[in-house]
Amino acid sequence: MTSATPWPAGRAAVLRTAVGVGVATGAYGLSFGAISVASGLSLLQTCLLSLLLFSGGSQFALVSILGGGGSAISAAATAVLLGSRNAFYGVRLSTTLGVRGWRRAAAAQVTIDESTAVSTAQTTPAAARYGFWATGISVFVLWNLGTLIGAVGAGALKNPTVYGLDAAAPAAFVALIAPRMRGAEPWTVALIAAGVALASVPFVPIGVPVLFAAVVAIGFGVARPAAPTDAAGPPDPSGPSDSGGSADPGGSEADPEQDPDRGGTP
Amino acid sequence: MIWAAVLAGSLGCFVLKYAGMSVPKRILADRRVQKVAALLPIALLTALILIQTFTTGKHLVVDARAGGLAVACVAVLLRAPFLVVVAAACVATALIRLWT
Repeated sequence: MTSATPWPAGRAAVLRTAVGVGVATGAYGLSFGAISVASGLSLLQTCLLSLLLFSGGSQFALVSILGGGGSAISAAATAVLLGSRNAFYGVRLSTTLGVRGWRRAAAAQVTIDESTAVSTAQTTPAAARYGFWATGISVFVLWNLGTLIGAVGAGALKNPTVYGLDAAAPAAFVALIAPRMRGAEPWTVALIAAGVALASVPFVPIGVPVLFAAVVAIGFGVARPAAPTDAAGPPDPSGPSDSGGSADPGGSEADPEQDPDRGGTP
Repeated sequence: MIWAAVLAGSLGCFVLKYAGMSVPKRILADRRVQKVAALLPIALLTALILIQTFTTGKHLVVDARAGGLAVACVAVLLRAPFLVVVAAACVATALIRLWT
């Protein structure tokens, strides 16, 4: 990130955005920490998920499937399927970042909705690189801090169901999914997928119905490929994490109907 | 068992992120692959919402969580911040349990 370009003012603005997104995501991390511990994971397991997996939607899905009695396989598989969009972010970012070796591994770890959104919203390559790293690091630090605080806090509660904490994960998913529900197709896919999943609940092991939902999505995607112009869109930072509302990396209007983000947060 | 999920999920998600930066672009540029990637979160999250709200174990049930989900949907329609959506759903669910 050696940028000799005269953009100190622009750089400060990008940094403000990065920190703002990080703070909003940190607040979201609080609820993840609490929900994870309420689902039966230990403090260590909860914190390692945020450090190693580092993808909000995937983390929420993983802990709630485990909490509901699902198998490790279905929990991990659902998390990985939800994280597949990060691969598409990497495709967009690899040319901009131009990193190799350990730097590429570090960049991969912080390739998430937020860092991609801020990076792709910039107009120069230097700003795009700076935006990616600043947002990635800011979100990584604050998401993990939020997770730790939320997990410690929830650990102090005796019986989370009394506080309605078991309703937190579905509510979080509603907030996550809302920006994606534009047009008829998302609703069609959502209703069929959810219907198939719910109908299969009594007949298959816990956790498996969600994988049936994935099969529905794959079937639709293969039958009706994206239009040629439909590049894998940048995430919409106003997703779940932006819930704080304070951070608006702007420019995120591109591809409003594409994979806006969030299956996960970070 | 929880550890297996934590480690496998973490490894799988990292591999996907790393692959995106390393795999030949034409594979991920495939329009079917793109469409599937766009639809997967929608299908998975909707299924998770309904399963976590309307099932206990392998049984379909309607209980206080349904009220929490309804409140969450209203909060999202009102464009409430993320934490408000989650907190409102928790409070609603707890209150319904208290009163029933």
